[in-house]
Amino acid sequence: MNVVIECRQADYRLNDGRALVTDLSFGVESGETLVLLGRSGSGKTTTLKLINRLLEPTAGEVLVEGRPTTVWDPIRLRRRIGYVIQEVGLLPHMTVERNVGLVPALEGWEPERVRSRVRELLALVGLEPDQFAKRRPHELSGGQRQRVGVARALAADPPVLLMDEPFGALDPVTRAEMQREFRSLQQRLNKTIVFVTHDVREALLLATRIALLADGRLVALHSRRDFLHAPEPEVADFVSVLKSLDEELNL
Amino acid sequence: MRGGPVNFLEFLLHNRGEALALTLEHIVLVAVAMLIAVVLGVPLGIVITRQARLRRWVLGAANVFQTVPSLALFGFLIPVPLLGGIGSRTAVVALVLYALLPVIRNTYAGIAGVDPAVIEAARGMGMTDRQLLRYVELPLALGVIMTGIRVATVISVGIATIAAAIGAGGLGTYIFRGLAMVNNQVILAGAVPAALLALVADFSLGWAEHRLKTSR
Repeated sequence: MNVVIECRQADYRLNDGRALVTDLSFGVESGETLVLLGRSGSGKTTTLKLINRLLEPTAGEVLVEGRPTTVWDPIRLRRRIGYVIQEVGLLPHMTVERNVGLVPALEGWEPERVRSRVRELLALVGLEPDQFAKRRPHELSGGQRQRVGVARALAADPPVLLMDEPFGALDPVTRAEMQREFRSLQQRLNKTIVFVTHDVREALLLATRIALLADGRLVALHSRRDFLHAPEPEVADFVSVLKSLDEELNL
Repeated sequence: MRGGPVNFLEFLLHNRGEALALTLEHIVLVAVAMLIAVVLGVPLGIVITRQARLRRWVLGAANVFQTVPSLALFGFLIPVPLLGGIGSRTAVVALVLYALLPVIRNTYAGIAGVDPAVIEAARGMGMTDRQLLRYVELPLALGVIMTGIRVATVISVGIATIAAAIGAGGLGTYIFRGLAMVNNQVILAGAVPAALLALVADFSLGWAEHRLKTSR
């Protein structure tokens, strides 16, 4: 398998010396979904930002397609990586159509080609193009906004997607629906995805492999199948959340 | 003034040719000054969102001009070569100096006030600094920038009345003439149209601003 993203002993420290991630090493293989699981403040988002060079490692390196991010032109790098974030990612002053078509437009596509691509993508994420293209983000529900966010990240057909708790702000029913659709999209599109969540259920549902972060360190990395029975105590903490829910319900 | 105008409306009607010319002069003074203030102030406001070091100096300098009493500023400018002297050029320079602060400050505040999460998302999509400015920061800051322009315009309409003191014309001409003649009606003939002008500017720019804020 071909490794698309690789962290090698990557550190990220703030100017005041506080470490957000420490000695991070892992690889992401082409076509897999690696879920970064962890509690708030465990360094998940920082790790994503190291991959698209919104942050640069203060030690070690992060490689994308074999090249350190610090060698990449950051603009070129980011245009090869779709980025989906929770809630605020859409540009509030632009229509859905312009939001989704933004990266292709920046890449200099013909307006006609951008338009047909936008329609194709809106249909792909389950939004009727005629109905939604001209709306603005504030006229959409949370679930619809998130769909637009996914469509936008896919717009220029990047090989890599980074998703930062994309379904975190959605109600449970919509979230379950989005997760199902994500799985079917994933099978059709075969992207390399790094997906951040604090929800162990979501991780088990969507991951090829799960990387567990705690206090900025990678404490476990297992395939989805092995994760439930992994020996690390930190994993057990997360898995016990699932079990305790079951037990409570069985009472 | 015995046998003079009974009230300022009669005076204006009687001298409508001159009054109209002075009003036009007044509008041109303000318009030219505002054009220059926007052309200088908006880019300066943008630059200081990028250069934290410059910010204190630029805002500080703009602040200083704002605190100088307007009559004194006109006076100070008269002996200055190139910019100064008697006439409308000096008046425009003074008006620009007053208008700069609201324009710069609001441009800065508007851009600095854009949600950092939106900026990060845009960066994450691979926007260059220039694209970020053009497609995200400026459109989102436009309403606040327009507020600055509106405030500066209203201030300028008032201050432009003093321009008459250095021979730049405008509605201040009547005010100073009235002062010299100790005739309140002549003073009003300059002051009332100037006040109306300020209101009209405030209202129409306020309307434009509202349109900009709701259309995005």
